[in-house]
Amino acid sequence: MNLSLLLQMAAEAAPERIGLVCDGRRWTYGALLTAARGAAASIAASGCGHVALLDESSEAAPIALFGAALAGVPYVPLNYRLADLDLAALLERIAPAYLIGDADRIGRLSPEGGHRIWRREEFVSEAQARPDTRAAEDTDAADGIAVQLFTSGTTAAPKAALLRHGNLLSYILGTVEFGSAEEREAALVSVPPYHIAGISALLSSIYSMRRIVLLTAFDPDAWLTLAAAERATHAFLVPTMLGRIIARLDAGAPPDLAALQAIAYGGGRMPAELIERALALFPATGFTNAYGLTETSSTVALLGPEDHRAAYASADPAIRARLGSVGRPLPTVQIEIRDEEGKPLPAGERGEIYVRGEQVCGEYRERSALDPQGWFPTRDAGWLDAEGFLFLAGRADDVIVRGGENISPGEIEDVLMSHPAIADAAAVAVPSTEWGETVGIAVVARPGSAAPSEDELRALIRNRLRSSRVPERIAVLDALPYNEMGKLLRREIRKIFTR
Amino acid sequence: MKAGTRLKSIVCDTEVMVIRGADVVVECGGAPMAEIRPPAREAIDPARASGTLIGKRYVDAAGTVELLCVKPGQGSLSIGGVALQVKEAKPLPASD
Repeated sequence: MNLSLLLQMAAEAAPERIGLVCDGRRWTYGALLTAARGAAASIAASGCGHVALLDESSEAAPIALFGAALAGVPYVPLNYRLADLDLAALLERIAPAYLIGDADRIGRLSPEGGHRIWRREEFVSEAQARPDTRAAEDTDAADGIAVQLFTSGTTAAPKAALLRHGNLLSYILGTVEFGSAEEREAALVSVPPYHIAGISALLSSIYSMRRIVLLTAFDPDAWLTLAAAERATHAFLVPTMLGRIIARLDAGAPPDLAALQAIAYGGGRMPAELIERALALFPATGFTNAYGLTETSSTVALLGPEDHRAAYASADPAIRARLGSVGRPLPTVQIEIRDEEGKPLPAGERGEIYVRGEQVCGEYRERSALDPQGWFPTRDAGWLDAEGFLFLAGRADDVIVRGGENISPGEIEDVLMSHPAIADAAAVAVPSTEWGETVGIAVVARPGSAAPSEDELRALIRNRLRSSRVPERIAVLDALPYNEMGKLLRREIRKIFTR
Repeated sequence: MKAGTRLKSIVCDTEVMVIRGADVVVECGGAPMAEIRPPAREAIDPARASGTLIGKRYVDAAGTVELLCVKPGQGSLSIGGVALQVKEAKPLPASD
């Protein structure tokens, strides 16, 4: 199996149809395939062992992705927001690489890497001009590495997750019907190219033949302008992006978003208030919450548009609560909740989320994380309700262990968020000589409200949860630290309490 | 017949990729499909010429074989003379 099959089929079915729009330039499926073949010839001639992209989104991303697949070389999109020191270490790990993007920075950080370095425009011209004289196809049988993604590495050096052609193809073939998009449909893609969602968006849009509209880097005004100009029908957003777009709409930006029929979101916790606001603001738009990880080739569970509207309209608290769930597993994926000994837990009980399916790689350059039965421990905590809806409860590593008792930050955060004066809250472990760890909380007051007193916060927790959950340390912040994908940086909060 | 194998029709343009395989011979247009297409085309069986559609999945009644059509053609697919059926798609909302 080879990922390039997806683009080959789109180009076979409709070579003249527009498949990609970026910076005003329009690419047909035929032109994209020709460029991917040229890129493959260029990559193969370089002899490099990796194809890496250090750049914002552009047509260079799909051309490099499919070109690398055709050449049988792993594609490694890199996070251009990394600090020099961290990026230099990653460049060393993939040397010598065929590198596309910020040539000056690469040259400065990895002068001895033996890399073949291309600026974006140089690479695209090379790909378009170079004839592919290599024998086509017949790369199907091997199941090599299609994409290598470095994890964010919050505790140790980033791990290199390996996604094989078979993993990514299983995901696309199992979830997308070929050519199912109408010709007017357009997917606005604004997630960065180094994120799994940025890769899966390219693959699923090409296979469904939904025109990709690429936003080079996210900005709420640029997003609104492009969505209106290209009459985008679909979009994927992380919660922070959706929040910033809604803030612009509330401030009076009046774009024409009548074409927008579907918004998918994921990649971080969606505040209940934000999704409710979005459902009210876009009454005709279908919302889909997608849960997935790099190691699972993107989505493994989803909460679809009907689930959203049913939960939003329901007076039953158990159904209403599903607005905060990530829905049910894909038909091609199995999910189990297990305790610390690895034993499966019944519905309603919190534990670690395990995932199994052909799209799950669970494999790193260093080792495989799969158990002998093929289950991948996600390190995410969560539980299933009686009807199989999955609820997330933070990272398993974020559990606070106080005197041998496991405390999930989520249960404390949920109680804090119920206070009318609190806009955002996080609970973290604080080192303690007496207990090993105790609870520290950081809260953000709602605009126009004063933060509740420490006594009030402690009383709130004590009355709703057990006394072991009562925070020892409390910090009031202007905002909680998030990364650009909307992930809460708990380590930054922990630092506040260990200073 | 391993998953990932590509089979080509010897009577038309049809190509399929094996999604789920079994130890069987797949025919297209009445003739066995091959991994390497012969230089000359064989004649198509007019009784097996209703055509293949790109992107459709074809399955046998037992569900042991599943093929994805990656190039369409005039022949139709069968195993042991029994026509394969198009697998009904269960639509999922776009999630990325």
